[in-house]
Amino acid sequence: MRVDEIINQCETLYHDLDLNYVKDWKARHGSKAIGYLPVYVPRELVHAYGMLPVGIMGGGDNLEIIRGDAYFQSYICHLPRSVIELGVTGKLDCLDGVLFPAICDVIRNLSGMWKMEFPDKYVKYLDFPQNFARAGRDYYLSEIGQISQDFEEISGKSITSDDLNRSIRIYNENRRAIRELYDLRSEMPHRALTVEVYLLARAGNILEVTEHTKLLREYISAVRDCDRPHLDNVRVVVTGAFCEQPPLSLVRALENSGCYIVDDDWMLCNRYQTCDIPETDEPLRAIVDSYLSNTVSTASRYDDSEDKGKYLADMVRDREAEGVVFAAPSFCDPALLERPMLQSVLGRENIPYTAFKYAENTGQIQVIKEQTGTFADSIKLWGGE
Amino acid sequence: MDCCYIGIDLGSTTTKAVFLDENENILGRGITNSRSNYELACQVAREEAEINARFELLKRKLGGDPRVASQLDSVMDNLACQYALAQHLKQLEALRNEVTSIVKNWIHHKEDTDEYLEAQETIFDFLVLQAYQDFLPGAEVQSDFFRDLATSLYLKQADLVTKERQLSFERLVGVFDAAIIRVENKSFALFYREYLDFARDRVVEMEMFKDLKGNICDAVLDITKKEFNILNTVGTGYGRLTLPFAKEQIRSEILCHGLGAHFMFPDTKTVLDIGGQDTKAIQVDGSGIVTSFQMNDRCAAGCGRYLGYIADEMNMGVHQLGPLAMTSKKAVKINSTCTVFAGAELRERLAYGEKQEDILAGLHRAIILRAMSLLARSGGVSSEFTFTGGVARNEAAIAALKKLIDENYGEIKINISSDSIFTGAVGAALFAKRDPKGVMADLEISKLKATNRAARPVAEQIA
Amino acid sequence: METTATERREVQKEQSMVLQKKMIGEHFVKLANAKEEGKKVVYTFVPGNLNELIYAFDMVPVHPEINALQSGMRKKSGDYIQEAEKTGHSKDVCTYVKCDIGMMKKGNIGPTGEKIPEPDLLLLSYTGCFTFMKWFELLKQEYKCPVVMLQVPYQGDGEITDTMRDYIVRQLREEVVPALERVSGRKLDEEKLKVLLESSARAEDDLVWVWNSAKNRPSPIDAYFGGVYYIGPIFSAFRGLPECENYYSSLRNEVEDRVAKKLGPTTPEGELNHQRYRIVVEGPPNWTSFREFWKVFSDEGAVMVASTYSKVGGLYELGFRHDAAHPMETLADYCLGCYTNRNLPSRVDLIEKYINEYHADGFLINSIKSCNSFSAGQLMMLRKLEQRTGKAGAFIESDLVDPRYFNAANIKNRMESYFQMIEAKRATV
Repeated sequence: MRVDEIINQCETLYHDLDLNYVKDWKARHGSKAIGYLPVYVPRELVHAYGMLPVGIMGGGDNLEIIRGDAYFQSYICHLPRSVIELGVTGKLDCLDGVLFPAICDVIRNLSGMWKMEFPDKYVKYLDFPQNFARAGRDYYLSEIGQISQDFEEISGKSITSDDLNRSIRIYNENRRAIRELYDLRSEMPHRALTVEVYLLARAGNILEVTEHTKLLREYISAVRDCDRPHLDNVRVVVTGAFCEQPPLSLVRALENSGCYIVDDDWMLCNRYQTCDIPETDEPLRAIVDSYLSNTVSTASRYDDSEDKGKYLADMVRDREAEGVVFAAPSFCDPALLERPMLQSVLGRENIPYTAFKYAENTGQIQVIKEQTGTFADSIKLWGGE
Repeated sequence: MDCCYIGIDLGSTTTKAVFLDENENILGRGITNSRSNYELACQVAREEAEINARFELLKRKLGGDPRVASQLDSVMDNLACQYALAQHLKQLEALRNEVTSIVKNWIHHKEDTDEYLEAQETIFDFLVLQAYQDFLPGAEVQSDFFRDLATSLYLKQADLVTKERQLSFERLVGVFDAAIIRVENKSFALFYREYLDFARDRVVEMEMFKDLKGNICDAVLDITKKEFNILNTVGTGYGRLTLPFAKEQIRSEILCHGLGAHFMFPDTKTVLDIGGQDTKAIQVDGSGIVTSFQMNDRCAAGCGRYLGYIADEMNMGVHQLGPLAMTSKKAVKINSTCTVFAGAELRERLAYGEKQEDILAGLHRAIILRAMSLLARSGGVSSEFTFTGGVARNEAAIAALKKLIDENYGEIKINISSDSIFTGAVGAALFAKRDPKGVMADLEISKLKATNRAARPVAEQIA
Repeated sequence: METTATERREVQKEQSMVLQKKMIGEHFVKLANAKEEGKKVVYTFVPGNLNELIYAFDMVPVHPEINALQSGMRKKSGDYIQEAEKTGHSKDVCTYVKCDIGMMKKGNIGPTGEKIPEPDLLLLSYTGCFTFMKWFELLKQEYKCPVVMLQVPYQGDGEITDTMRDYIVRQLREEVVPALERVSGRKLDEEKLKVLLESSARAEDDLVWVWNSAKNRPSPIDAYFGGVYYIGPIFSAFRGLPECENYYSSLRNEVEDRVAKKLGPTTPEGELNHQRYRIVVEGPPNWTSFREFWKVFSDEGAVMVASTYSKVGGLYELGFRHDAAHPMETLADYCLGCYTNRNLPSRVDLIEKYINEYHADGFLINSIKSCNSFSAGQLMMLRKLEQRTGKAGAFIESDLVDPRYFNAANIKNRMESYFQMIEAKRATV
C-alpha cells in the first residue's frame, strides 16, 4: 500500500466513533470486545481469550457534547465527558466490558459511574501497583489472576500458558514495530510525519494487533524512501498528553509551526513496555514483572527513583532533540503536577521548554501554533537561551 | 380602594414590577433599567407598574361604557402615547435644566458658555419637536428607556449643530453624559396626575374623540384619584439581597420563576431561564412549586453576557446577533462557551474564512448546549416546557433549543411568552398574594431602610 | 460592614473546641522542639494514616493537608497558592498542594507561628487520592529525604478483598516498618503499638456515639461544620494517645448534656436550637471563608446531621474499630475503609443510608474544585440520590483553600432557593 492509502485507512478508523470496525470484527469472529481507557492495560490477556481490546481515547473534536456535561463540573478535564457521551448514546454498546486503568481520580471514579450507568456490563478498575517491590508484584499477580478468571467467564473460553505466550509474542512484535516506527521518525522526521505516526499509533487502539503490525511494517517500508522535503524545523519531544489526546488539527499544527516531534507520550498503551515481555512458564508473572521493571515513566505512575524526571532529559539526548513541549490537557492533575518537577530537571540540564494546555476539542489552535512557532524560532536563533 | 399585591424582580440589567389584583389577574407591569442604584430602579419599576395598572383599570372602565367601547383600543392607544409623551417631555425638560446648569457652571471655557448654551437650546428645541412626532400610536419605538431614546437623538443633533457652528462635539457629549446620569437617578412617575391630565386634554381635543369628551374626562378623573391598597410586596432577583426587604418579603428567583411560568402556562413542568448573569433549569410540580433546580457553574459561560461579549467582538448590537445567525445555512461547531476564550475562538474562526452567520449559529447552539446539560442535571424534560429570560427573545437561541429538545426528548410543547421578562415578578406577586405575612404592606423604599434595620439587626451583619 | 460587625462579636465555641485548640497548640510546640529533643518527624496524609505506628516509634507526625487547611482558615492560603503558581504550578491543580508548597517556600511557619520541622521521612500512605503521590514526589525534590510508599488499593468493586488486605500488611511488614525502624533507629515496640490501638478503639467508640446523637431532634451536633472539629484529634496527630481518648470522652459528655437539655450545637453565631432543616452533606468544606460558609446555613436554621467529609480519615459507624489483637491487619482495614477509598456506588449507598437514618430533609453536595477524588461523579451521585430518596439535593461549588474560588453571594443565593423550595414543598404536603 502507498503511504496515503495507509494513512487514509487510519484516519477512517480515527473518525469512526461508532466503532464499526469493532462490530464487524465481532461478527466475523463471533467473539467479544473489551474497551480500555488510555495509558496502560495488559492487552495480551484480552487477546489470549480471543477478544478484541479496544482503546477508548475520548471523543476528539468531532463529537458534540450534549449529555456529557450533565455528568461533570466545568473544572474536570474533557475526556470523561466525551467518554460518557459515547457511552450514553450507545456508541460503546459493542463493548462487552471496559477496563479503567489507574490514571487519576477522575478515571477511577468514572469506573464507578460506569457501574451505575451500565449495570449489565463488565467494569473493572485496574489499580496497578504503585509499590514496585515484592508485595506489589504479588498484589498485581493476584489481581491479574482475577481478571483472567473474569475474562474466562466473559469469553466462555479457558486458556493455557501457551495461549498467553502466543499473545505476548504477537504483542512483542507489535511493540517492536512501533519502536521501529518511532526510531524511524526520529531519524527522518521529514518523511515519517508526526500526524501520520500519530494516526498509525492511534489505529493500534482498535485494529486487531496482527493487522496493526502489518500496517506499521507497510508504512515503514513505504515512507522510508518517499520523497519529502527536509524543513528547517527544530527537533522537540512532546510530553504530558498520555491520556486525553489533542485534536488532530493540533498535532498537525505543532509540526507546521516548525517543530519536528521526535518523541512523545501519546498512545502509551502501545509503548508502555520498554522491551519485550519474555515467554516463560508463568506468562502472567512475566506480564507483571515487565510492568514493574521495564516500563516508561509517566505522571500517572509513582516514581520511586532518586532522579525523578531524568528519563525526559535522557530522551531529549537520545533523540537529539533541542527542546521539550509540555502539552497537557486542562485540569489534568497528574500531568500538571508533574510539570514543574520535569521542568526543573530540564532547567538543570539547560534544555529549553515551552508549555501549553489543551482540550481534546479545543478550537484555539492558532494561539498554540504561534507559541510553539515562537519557541521553535527562539531555538533556531539562540539555541533556546 | 383597589386591593393589590406587588412583585418586584431586581434583575442585573432590568428591574421589573407587577401589580396583581385579588383574583390573581395582572393589573400592571413596569420595567426600568437596573441602574447602579437598585433602590431607585425598584421605585421606578413599581411606579411604572402602578401607572400601567391605572391604565388597565381605565381600560376596564371605558370598556364598560357602551359609547366608548367601539373605539376603546384607539382611545387607549392615544391616551398611552400622550401619557408617554408627557413623561418624556418632563424628562427632557429636566435634562435641559441639568445641561444648562452644567454649562453655566463651567470653570474652564467660560468664554464659550453662551455659544454652547445656544447650541444646547437648539438641540433641545429639536428634541421636543421630535418627541411630538415620535409619540404617536403605531410609531416604532426604539427603546422603552428614556436614556436610550434621548442619547441617540441628542448625539445625532449635536453632531449636526457642532459641525454647523464649529463647536466641539466632545464637549457637548461630555456635558450630556454628566447630565443624563443626574436625570436618570430621578423618578418622574410621581407626576402621573399631570401626565394623565395632559394626555386627556390632548386626546379629547382630537377630532375623532370629540363626542366622547365627557366620558373620557370622567373616567380619567376617576382613575387619577384611585388609590391602591397594597396588601403585600415580595422582592426577588439578582439584586434582592442589596435591598433591605424583610426576610419574609424575599423569595428566590428560582421559586418566583417557577411559579410565574406556571401562572402563565399552567401545564409547565420544566422552566429554562437564560438571563444576563446566569442560567437556571427548574422543575415544577402541578401547582408551580419548584421540585428541583440547577444553575450554571460559577463562570458565566453560556449566559446572556456571553452574547454581549460576542456582540462587542463583532462590533454589533446584541439584538442583531439572532437575526444574523438565522441566515446561516451551515452552523460552525463551536466548542467553547467560555467568555474568556470566546473572542479568541471567534477571531480564529473568522481568520479561517468562516462566515459570520455560520459562526453565530454555532455560538447560539453552544449556549443552548450548556443549557441542555443544566436541564439534564435538573432532571430532564418530560412534558410542557417554558423558556424565559432575555435570551428567550433571541430567535436563533429559540431555534437551537427547539431542535435540541426535539432531538433529545422528543416532541415537547415549548412556551415562550411575550411577557416572559416579567415571569419572576409575576411569581413574586403571586407569593405576595398567597403568603401575605409581610410586615410592611407597601414598599416605600426610603422608609424601609430605617424600619428594617431596627427590626432585623442580623441583616446589618449580612449587608 | 460585615467584617467589623462580626469581628466585634465574640465567636461562640463549644468546650471541646477550646480543649482541642490547646491540644493542637501543644502539638506544634512539640513539633517545634522535635529536632532539639532528638525526635524524628514523619510527614504523612490524613486518610488512612498510621498514627499509632508512628507513635509506636516515638516519632511525631506532620499532616500537610492540615497545615493547608489551617493556612486557609488563617487567610494565608491565597498568598501561598500564588507563591506556588509563581514557581510553575498550574491554576488547574489541587490547592492543598500549592498551599503547602507556598508555605514551605515562605519559611514553613505553622499556625502557632513556630517553624514546622523538616521531615526525616515522607510516609506516603496513599489512600483515596491520586494527588498524594504527586505531592510527595514534589516534597521529595525539596527535602531530599527518604519516602516510603504504602499503597492502599481502591475498592473498585465496592469491597475489601483478602488480596488488598494482604498487600497492605506485606507493605507494612516489608517496607513501612523497616523504614520507620531505619529512620527512628529503634525496633518496633509491638506492646506499645497494642496499647495505642486499644486507646484508638475507645476514642472511636465515643466518636461513633457522637455521630449517632444527630438522630435526636434537635440535633445536639452539627455533623459537618461542627464535625470538622470533632474529627480533628482522631484523624490527625492524636489518635492512640491518652489526650485523644480524653477529648472524645469529654466531647461525648458535652453532647450528652445537650441531648438531655434538648439543645442544638453551638455555631459561631450562637446556639442553633431552632432547627428548620436537617441536611446530609457530601464533600469537603471551604476553609478560607469557613465561618461565612457556616453562617449561610445557620442563618436559615439548617443543621447538618451527617456528612461524608467527616469520614475521610476513617468510617467507624459501619463497625470498624482498631483491633489490637491484629495490629497490621487492623491498620490495613482502617486504610481500606476510608470514605474516599470507596467506589461511587458505595458512596451513593452510604449517603442514602444517612438521609434515611438521620431523617434528613435533603442533602447538599459541595463540589470542591481541587478535589477530583470527591468531585468527579458528584453530579451523577446527585441524580441517583434524588431518584432513590425522593429528596431534592442542593449543589454548590467552592474550593478548599483558594479564596478566589469562594463566592458567598452565589452560594447564599442557591442555598436560599433550596431552603425556600423545601419550605414550599412542606407547605403543599
